[in-house]
Amino acid sequence: MSDEDAGKALQKRLLGEYYQSLGDAGRSGQKVAYLFVPGNVVELLRCFDMLPVYPEINALQCGIKKMAGDLILRAENIGYSSDVCGYVKNDIGLMLSDRQSPFGPLPKPDLLVCNYSGCNTFVKWFEALAHFYGAELFVLDIPYLRERGPSTADIEYVVAQLEELADVCARTSGVPFDRERLKRVTSLSYAAEKLWVDVLHAARSRPSPFDAYFEAVFYMAPLNILRGTEGCVEYYRLLLEELVSRQKEGRGPVPEEKFRVVVEGPPPWPHFRSFWELFKRWGVCAVASTYSKVGGLFDQGVFHDPAQPMESIARYAMNSYTNWNLGLRLDLLRQYLREYEADALIIHSVKSCRSFSVGQADFRDVLAKEEGVPTLMVESDLADPRYYSEAQLKNRIDAFFESLAHRRLVGG
Amino acid sequence: MRAWKEEHPSRRAVGAFPVYVPTELIQAAGALPIWLYGGGGSVEISHADSRIQSFVCSISRSTLELGLRGHLDVLDGLVFPSICDVARNLSGVWARNFPRMFVEFLHLPQNRRSPSAVPYTIAEYRRLLAGLERLCGKPVAPEDLRAAIHAHNENREAAWALLDARRRTPWATDAWETYAFLRAGAVLERETHTSLLRQALAAARERGRRPKDKVPVILLGAFCEQPPLDLIRAVEEAGCYILEDDLLLGSRWFRTSIPDGADPLRALAEAYVASSPPSSVSHYRGTPKQDLLPQRCRQLGASGVVFLTAKFCEPALYDQVLYKERLESAQIPYVHIEFEEKMSAVDTVRTQIETFVESVLFE
Repeated sequence: MSDEDAGKALQKRLLGEYYQSLGDAGRSGQKVAYLFVPGNVVELLRCFDMLPVYPEINALQCGIKKMAGDLILRAENIGYSSDVCGYVKNDIGLMLSDRQSPFGPLPKPDLLVCNYSGCNTFVKWFEALAHFYGAELFVLDIPYLRERGPSTADIEYVVAQLEELADVCARTSGVPFDRERLKRVTSLSYAAEKLWVDVLHAARSRPSPFDAYFEAVFYMAPLNILRGTEGCVEYYRLLLEELVSRQKEGRGPVPEEKFRVVVEGPPPWPHFRSFWELFKRWGVCAVASTYSKVGGLFDQGVFHDPAQPMESIARYAMNSYTNWNLGLRLDLLRQYLREYEADALIIHSVKSCRSFSVGQADFRDVLAKEEGVPTLMVESDLADPRYYSEAQLKNRIDAFFESLAHRRLVGG
Repeated sequence: MRAWKEEHPSRRAVGAFPVYVPTELIQAAGALPIWLYGGGGSVEISHADSRIQSFVCSISRSTLELGLRGHLDVLDGLVFPSICDVARNLSGVWARNFPRMFVEFLHLPQNRRSPSAVPYTIAEYRRLLAGLERLCGKPVAPEDLRAAIHAHNENREAAWALLDARRRTPWATDAWETYAFLRAGAVLERETHTSLLRQALAAARERGRRPKDKVPVILLGAFCEQPPLDLIRAVEEAGCYILEDDLLLGSRWFRTSIPDGADPLRALAEAYVASSPPSSVSHYRGTPKQDLLPQRCRQLGASGVVFLTAKFCEPALYDQVLYKERLESAQIPYVHIEFEEKMSAVDTVRTQIETFVESVLFE
């Protein structure tokens, strides 16, 4: 088996086992906690043997498997507006369909951990789930990063809530809180996070050995779902080996890397492949993306720390991409454009996620008009297939790269 | 506003974006708090289009438009509270586009059950206060804050007196009238506004109007972006008495007085944590608000609920589903109307409300 196959096979096995455990939860009696990806506190939940379920990941899987459209309509049938987040409606639709996901049945929540980082909709989402399921809801309030870094008061507030959450988890699961175990789990998280940063940095080479948007979204799955386990560390070790060997051979995701881009915004999951194709045909490779940082800005030096686990969880939670203020987000885009020697910025603005989208037009304004960065902004949605217009997107993307190619030809 | 600035050249004016901002802090710093409620129907969106997408609420787009056209130059600062993702990100767009303005994003606690919520809120208010002190060029003494709390207490008391009177005798004052009186407070000094509200209440008492055969309702959903005045009138003219509403909720957020004693900042923070009203932008501390609504209808003798929600307002649109479910179980009728700042279809709404009123009356 080649390195490449070994990484893929391990991911498939680990995620398969994870979904199997979700299907078995009813029989195993293991307690189930629903939580969000940005700023998640899975390390803490693992200390109580709680099974984490991520409704956002379920929603994106439904998008890829072309189930989202029907599920969204089911939610709209009970009164959800066409103007609210497609992920929420997908999840409500799943609930109304006995939680039959593309990967088998999902368990009901015993506890809803609303790690509300970077998205107010998270609160509304879990308020709705608490209403429909009658499950206990813990709102873990993560202050928005309104200045350059978290203040002492912010960290104290989050740590105090984490202690309260630990009590709730102990009561729900019947497992006492073992702080030594939390150290072990956070040290496994740290190991995987360091390897992940090496993976991301591999895209600095020319050609980049992988697409840091279209492929990174799959590579980041174990970090979001399995962080804090040995399998997760092993996966990133194998992935890094694979990318290093691709680097040595000069292999990348496109036959010839013609344009290096930074991508801002989530992908349109229901049309993921066709959207990617629109770029591939121009020899475009994403060398950095912000979407791959929603689960944590590890490449900005934010890691879990076994020496101070609770405080590091708090810091991690405040440093998810959409929890950063727009000034910091703009600086990060500038950093990526420079660090990865990108030719252009692509903004995919999605209606569902205002947390991501509002402000992107202003980014375009600064970067394109004031700083001369070729910038393309296109709109569709991350979950709702109705907002994807292939012909219109193709026109915009073709025109943009045609003009970039022309500019390069004439030496502009 | 400009006239006020000319009269008070040394004082600052600081805007507050809805829903709730502790404007006591702005007043204590010596500045005039101004509530911003968007552009109404009067502003054409053109400049804002290049900086904010079309799938967000009118109030965010029109406020930005007003700013970009220079209509808000009179403001020295602007405070955005943590109500939703759009307002939060708008604070960032604002900070970049108006670099000379004092722009602050206030993260109000969403976990109000945690014992750590009060110390956190105090720290957050201190941070805001420090910024305001820099802006206004003077330190804020505890007595400044006590005086501001006192003025706000009196103002809220006068506002609630007017609203309570309307609830008890809805025929005496129309909802659109009380709304106009409350709305005037957005640009007035607290003390001036309080006296206006007291006069309005006295005048309403002398009116001697007689009750009509109208359907008593609760109106919910327009706690941030405000509906056109004609829309509120249309709801009443179509046959409703609005007993209670959440219009301009932030300006009268607290039902009871905040103690202006030894530690006024703590009192302000404790009030937010313990005594905030049910709202779509603040996670509930006790019973979920949808469970309280049928009970509230019964308490007030309301026969139904009129939901007025701003188009694209996610917090209101999510809650709406939960409210409806509880109302249906309690067999309380409701009607849902979506509005925008610029809307011409008031007649359609009138017909919708008339149909609703008829269905309630003939049930």
